[in-house]
Amino acid sequence: MTEPLWELTAERAIGLIGGGELSAEELTAAFADRAGNDPWAAFLAIDREGALERARRIDAATERPPLAGVPIGIKDVLSTRDLVTTAGSRILEGFRPVYTATCVERVEEAGAVVLGKTNMDEFAMGSSTENSGYGPSRNPWDPDRVPGGSSGGSAACVAARQVPWSLGSDTGGSIRQPAALCGIVGMKPTYGAVSRYGLIAFASSLDQVGPLARTVRDTALLLSHIVGHDPMDSTSLEWREPIVLPDAERVDGLRVGYVEELMGEGVQVGVRTSVRAALDRIEDLGGTLTPVSLPNTEHGLATYYLIAPAECSANLARFDAIRFGAAPPEAGGLVEQYERARGEGFGREVKRRIMLGTFALSSGYYDAYYGQAQRVRTLIVRDFARAFEQVDILASPTSPTVAFPLGERTDDPYSMYLADVCTIPVSLAGLPAISIPCGLSEGLPVGLQLTGPAFSENRLLDVAHALEAAIGFDERPEGLR
Amino acid sequence: MSARQSYEPVIGVEIHVQLATATKMFCGCELSFGDPANTHTCPVCLGHPGALPVTNARAVELAILAGHALGCTIAPRSTFHRKNYFYPDLPKAYQISQYDEPVCLGGEFVALTPGGELRVGITRAHLEEDAAKLVHAGPGGRRAGAESSIVDFNRGGTPLLEIVTEPDLHSAEDAVTFFKQLRLTLRQLGVSDCNMEEGSMRADANVSVRPVGSQELGVKTELKNMNSFRFLERAMEAEIDRQIAILEGGGKVTQDTLHYDPDSGTLHPLRSKEEAHDYRYLPEPDLVPVVPDPAWVDRLRAALPELPVDRRRRWMAELGITFEDAEVLSESAELATYFEDLAARVDPKAAANWVRGELRAQLRERDEEPWESRATPERLAGLLELLDARTINVPAAKEVLAELIERGGDAVAIVEAKGLGQITDESELDELVARLIADNPEQAQQLRDGKEKVLGFFVGQAMKATEGRADPKRVGELVRDRAGV
Amino acid sequence: MAAVIERETVEHVARLARLRLGPEEVERMRQELSGILEHIELIQSLELDDVPPTTHVVALQNVLRDDTPRPSLPRELALREAPAVAHDGFEVRGWIETHA
Repeated sequence: MTEPLWELTAERAIGLIGGGELSAEELTAAFADRAGNDPWAAFLAIDREGALERARRIDAATERPPLAGVPIGIKDVLSTRDLVTTAGSRILEGFRPVYTATCVERVEEAGAVVLGKTNMDEFAMGSSTENSGYGPSRNPWDPDRVPGGSSGGSAACVAARQVPWSLGSDTGGSIRQPAALCGIVGMKPTYGAVSRYGLIAFASSLDQVGPLARTVRDTALLLSHIVGHDPMDSTSLEWREPIVLPDAERVDGLRVGYVEELMGEGVQVGVRTSVRAALDRIEDLGGTLTPVSLPNTEHGLATYYLIAPAECSANLARFDAIRFGAAPPEAGGLVEQYERARGEGFGREVKRRIMLGTFALSSGYYDAYYGQAQRVRTLIVRDFARAFEQVDILASPTSPTVAFPLGERTDDPYSMYLADVCTIPVSLAGLPAISIPCGLSEGLPVGLQLTGPAFSENRLLDVAHALEAAIGFDERPEGLR
Repeated sequence: MSARQSYEPVIGVEIHVQLATATKMFCGCELSFGDPANTHTCPVCLGHPGALPVTNARAVELAILAGHALGCTIAPRSTFHRKNYFYPDLPKAYQISQYDEPVCLGGEFVALTPGGELRVGITRAHLEEDAAKLVHAGPGGRRAGAESSIVDFNRGGTPLLEIVTEPDLHSAEDAVTFFKQLRLTLRQLGVSDCNMEEGSMRADANVSVRPVGSQELGVKTELKNMNSFRFLERAMEAEIDRQIAILEGGGKVTQDTLHYDPDSGTLHPLRSKEEAHDYRYLPEPDLVPVVPDPAWVDRLRAALPELPVDRRRRWMAELGITFEDAEVLSESAELATYFEDLAARVDPKAAANWVRGELRAQLRERDEEPWESRATPERLAGLLELLDARTINVPAAKEVLAELIERGGDAVAIVEAKGLGQITDESELDELVARLIADNPEQAQQLRDGKEKVLGFFVGQAMKATEGRADPKRVGELVRDRAGV
Repeated sequence: MAAVIERETVEHVARLARLRLGPEEVERMRQELSGILEHIELIQSLELDDVPPTTHVVALQNVLRDDTPRPSLPRELALREAPAVAHDGFEVRGWIETHA
């Protein structure tokens, strides 16, 4: 084999291991070497020895698990027993969880090997990974640009071939947007598809775990192992129809609606051009295209930036440095200790959202802010329901722009929030969506977002797979050529 | 008219009971009282990052059961909210509770009093989780001012049912009556242990006073930390007096939360640095609505045992026993069953007397309860029949009872074996009485002179002579006859 | 409604959220929150009295757990990550303001 091992997709690696041509240990060592050299700051922690040990055990076992010892990157928002988990926050520096998230348990049981924990915006709040308490990740396509966020590390490590795939979390676009900016595939499943047990909560009614990979088939394979009800998560769903590996070549008869509101101003011209070209491919493959309106899209950001902060203000209240977390400096009274531990432990964006959410829930403001946002959420849900009476899936850009330079938006919170304008409405409606690379603009990847009704994962994967082949995106970052 | 009489107290109570489940409200940690600190915790009840709550089905069932007993409507749908506040005993810094959609709505609880009935409106009853135990361990150990405190999360997450009443109570005494009968009911249903000392039942009271005849409500204060019926009553009395004194002095009652200090018997305002409570209630996204199957709700209602209040009413009406008898005999379900079994066999009034009196007195010494005693209702009935037929007298009956408690067996056989049967042969008794009068002419004369007390002397002599087998009543009659009184 | 929020509001909210903000942080926060709220205001003018709120996007109900005990954590593990431990419990230092 002349190709380096780290170029392998998970699917090919599993095939080679299954055929006896490769051991899990060799594969893990190759990726661990590459992850160990991490100019993109994609990882917060690498467990090289632990990963090799697990790979050796898989090699020695009589029965090979389905994922055969393929390494995986885990977003640091997922709890991993005894392995430091910080959610990108200084307030959890050195925190070793006492339990493992259900989705991580499931991929490990299926034979994936956890290679490390990936960098992220603190508590998944951000769209660039610049809000990490441990420094930003960089985009493998251009180290002076952001990889997107909040799952920026999980996207960068896949784009940089440090692992073939990773797990991320998506609250308002945190898997799809970094996948788009890094030129890889990322999927947010239907809300409830994947257990949130062990996912450090940001906004519980929106948070969802999902896969990032270089191919749609790898994305499907990873997803197939994490979906399904978990008795530890009341909001997780029974998953009746298993996720299957997509093999569609055409999409005959498929009705695709492109979201008018997301194809105009506010979206970079280069992004629009790429997305239009991808839409043309849909017609080539036998699908039909119609414009569809989601009239409440313009309210998506406002709605999201009330609901998510409100939930986060409660979710992050538990970080009080009593049961875990950094010891507070000695202070006179309890209130002062709380205020100092939290005031000093949380970063700027996290404090901003806690403040916003606390304000939106506080006495006298609830109805005007939080209550109103919940009603607009209903309108957004209805927009999608109406759209899916006319079409099978919806298409739009994943992000209004390609990867932006580091530091460009850090001083203007709202400009950063705009990065999620295409992904947020889907999250508010709890629907599944996948982002696939559909071309380059200014030499940087553009993502196409496909959204379907709840539980349409298999269909979305099929369409994404057929389009992936038709688009033939095989560009790669310069350093990896 | 004294100041006290010209005011009417208005009292509403909030009662928290820990539900008698095996595990916590939202996780599988076992409930235990008194185990070593922090040995019943998990990521969920410690509020670790990423942990999620899952509702305990049994807690919902017990809440519905309690709701039925309180005459509530069981909500077709109920939901959970987060109640946000920071305190070390609240690991997530929010308590999962119910807010606008509680499990039980609008009921009425009837308590019996010697004078009639006490009807208390139930506003609602809702499920929530208990806080952990915070022990102030620092120097001085005072409630505020301790320098170090320890949190034990064993109790944290215990299922609680909070029952809120309408302000329908008008005296501390009534409040306590309501409280006791509510406690009895919840215990008998197995909803809760309702042990106030261990904290499995806690009460807060909202107290205000208003001039008699007024329909407006006065400014109320909230009383907390009353962990016994005695403290509860005293605290309310003290608060009623305090408020009346303020109003009489031309002052105004301020809306405060007061903490009862049982040592001094006084109430102290709780100083709080928290700006006016702003709990920022938020629908709990981690839990889904509870929509109980109506068939299940009906089944639970149908399976409801007879409530203590209904039982008391029935006993008083059908068995003719007194309020006090009914109250004592329905203290526990076991005792009530024992009594009913017995009352079905013999005169209920005699049954009530014997169970409340001699049976419990003898058993107390052995630390036994009637329902676990060898003196079963059937055996005790056999004994009471002998007494009723005058086959034995009361002292003999007590002796037989002791034997029944000790070894069981049949009352008739015991009486026979011990020779305790009363002398039924009239001539034998007559002969004895004649001899006693002849032997004691002086006392006989006194009796004739109207000294009734001397009758007791003759009866005593007769009992002594017969080793207790004489019927004292009959002996008395015979003495009178013979002495010509 | 004016989107600009007052300094006192920022301080009050920071207190509720138990966040210590320095004087400059309060001012910056005031400006940033005002800016964000300005964008959010758009939805406040919508007439939505007839629209029910959405709290959950999944239509699940009655997800209940049997009342069966599961193993708890060993105490050492439960206390492992605590910054201060004493008497087998989580230690809270300093005086505690009473919670009403």
